[in-house]
Amino acid sequence: MATLNEIIAKICPAATVAEVDGAPMISVDDAHWHELAKALRHDANLEMDYLVTIAGFDHVESMGCVYYMMSTRHNTNLGVTVLATGDRERPVLHSVSDIWAVAGLYEREVYDFFGIIFLNNPDMRRLFLSIDWKGYPLRKDYDASPNINPVPRDNERQSDFTTKWTKDAEGNLVSEQVEVFAPDDFVVNIGPQHPATHGVLRFRTAVDGETIKKIDVYMGYIHRGIEKLNEQQTYAQSLPFLDRMDYFSALNYHHGVCMVYERAAGIEVPRRAQVIRVMMDELSRIASHCLFMGTFCMDLGATSMLFYTLRVREQILDILERTCGARMSFNYDCIGGVMQDLDANFQNDVKALLKVLPANIKEYKKVFVGNVIARNRMEGVGVLSREDAISYGVTGPSGRASGWACDVRKWRPYSIYSDLDFDEVVLTEGDSMARFKVRLAEIEQSARILEQLVDNIPEGDIQAKVPKVLKLPAGQWFQIVEGCRGVFGIHLESDGGTKPARLKYATPSMPAAGVVDHLTRGEKIADLITIGGSLDYIVPDMDR
Amino acid sequence: MEVTAQGMPYEAFKDNEYIESLVKELQENGTNVVVGSLDKLINWGRSNSLWPLTFATSCCGIEFVSLGAARYDMARFGWEVARSSPRQADFIMVAGTIVHRMAPVLRRLYDQMAEPKYVIATGACAISGGPFRDSYHVVKGVDQIIPVDVFLPGCPPRPEAMIYSIMQLSRKVKVERFFGGVNRQQKQQEFLREHPVEGVNDSAEFNTSAPEAPVTDKQ
Ligand code: SF4
Repeated sequence: MATLNEIIAKICPAATVAEVDGAPMISVDDAHWHELAKALRHDANLEMDYLVTIAGFDHVESMGCVYYMMSTRHNTNLGVTVLATGDRERPVLHSVSDIWAVAGLYEREVYDFFGIIFLNNPDMRRLFLSIDWKGYPLRKDYDASPNINPVPRDNERQSDFTTKWTKDAEGNLVSEQVEVFAPDDFVVNIGPQHPATHGVLRFRTAVDGETIKKIDVYMGYIHRGIEKLNEQQTYAQSLPFLDRMDYFSALNYHHGVCMVYERAAGIEVPRRAQVIRVMMDELSRIASHCLFMGTFCMDLGATSMLFYTLRVREQILDILERTCGARMSFNYDCIGGVMQDLDANFQNDVKALLKVLPANIKEYKKVFVGNVIARNRMEGVGVLSREDAISYGVTGPSGRASGWACDVRKWRPYSIYSDLDFDEVVLTEGDSMARFKVRLAEIEQSARILEQLVDNIPEGDIQAKVPKVLKLPAGQWFQIVEGCRGVFGIHLESDGGTKPARLKYATPSMPAAGVVDHLTRGEKIADLITIGGSLDYIVPDMDR
Repeated sequence: MEVTAQGMPYEAFKDNEYIESLVKELQENGTNVVVGSLDKLINWGRSNSLWPLTFATSCCGIEFVSLGAARYDMARFGWEVARSSPRQADFIMVAGTIVHRMAPVLRRLYDQMAEPKYVIATGACAISGGPFRDSYHVVKGVDQIIPVDVFLPGCPPRPEAMIYSIMQLSRKVKVERFFGGVNRQQKQQEFLREHPVEGVNDSAEFNTSAPEAPVTDKQ
């Protein structure tokens, strides 16, 4: 931390450092922010190379952003709070999209939600909402009246231009219209209704013959405004929405958010509940990876894989259903523990699953990994380097396929993961095949975890005593957990009431979609399907 | 002749024979022998080969995938030919939340489907907005945009429930008159008139949408 203070003293002596939730939180003014960000990123002793998320906030009297970043080398993290300058009409911040590649996308999200303009961001468009949307929904004074923004009846108005904001010599804001594609580009529209985009994502693709020149990703076709909804609900009521973001990581996401609430309220979770939670996490990880393999192979034309992998998934869903009562929207983890106790047959069911898994994995390898067609389509396609994976914030199995050991369960162990014996699967090829293989190998590791726990579920309570309506002290918390697709971050801001003042979810799918353009440039259009599929993004997870 | 779910007693929802008996009754009360038999034949064929449009926006769509896999196997009923192009599909299973940005797209997909076409609103979201009803960006029920034939509650509905909803739809198809006097089609026209889309002429044979003018001022 000595270096941190030195850097701050050198660049911006006025900045303050406080300790928030166990990590330094720097408050800096916008004028020095860009320079500070550069130093944080490049200083050898800090090297904050992974930008986890940018969470905008509106405190009515001020607006701004909290930036969370981590260093992959030093395994440290810190936050930076920057207040926007200018009035509510046009709040302004400096962009850091030149320092972290993923920042450009996050800044667009903040602009969409809060109307904060980022200077020098080359692409300052709305992200989820249409260009005709009135108002910025996450502002506290937003008017949600349906008369202002009615359900559109006609086709969305679209623009081929984006805006870049800069300051001129006198310090005035100037905007400049930039064309997204070159004037003679041939642009093909893929999505939002396209079976290979895995949901409703849209790629505007500039092609030269069969070669992709540029992809403009359009999101928001399933933007449901969960973060805003959460602000109107109590803490316990915010949980069911997590089942519906990344519906394959429902249990993992619940786990993370419950952990934040428990940490903030000082609740100790009984050991039995912790073990159950981890087992459920790993079960859903296996189910999620199975579905990934099935749909991915189907995209590549191997329909039979879907049937093989869903066989295992159905078996897991049965186990989960017997305990949680649902096949998909479980709502199982609750604040202080889990909702209900395990089904009487749970242990036997898990053992039965563990027994059939190895044969299934062998089959998958035989049918697909060794298949010459699959290998030709996947090997060397969409290679993502480790530096780019970090800069674009591509975490989870996709990040690990590029050689970045980013498994939160190992990196920042939470719950009981530090007591468990399992390996982090890291490959270095970075291509689509590696992303596939990592997931296949992770199923084996998850099975290992289950094996260790299935006979060691301690007796005891499944829930700590928690007040019916939870009240959290005022403050800020940040937590990351490992979802099935990567780092899931939760930024919680409480004003001391029964509802969150701001709850921001940093999901792994959004950076995964953000990197598509970078990965597909120069590739063939058929490879877009392979690359998009291998990144395994879930569209409701990125749109929220 | 049209049978509406509104006129159906509550118990009848659990009684699979109900609509069949209703159909029989309707047909016994005077149908042209030739046309009636042709109707029967055509509807038998149509109701047993309903092709869905692959359309899933979110969670409910995943259960639809399960429906297609081996365990629930919708191929048993002739529904497995999921089409990616609306022009080849018979019905659209709106599986998932529909948000403002998606609404015109859904409407266009519906317009692109060939007659006769049907809609199943799958899940709480498609019926009413579901858990996201209070959101600023969610359409509170797809029946605001397209006419719905079958509502299927659940969040998400189990695959068994999905099978039941498509079976209800195929029953509905069975009681339609293919030759002339399809009440349903008139209703559809009414609905489309009441919910006009700018640049789309619903009565015209081909839908033409106005070309999009490039926008320069994006503030
Ligand atoms: S009804 Fe429930 S499961 Fe279906 S899309 Fe809506 S939230 Fe998801």
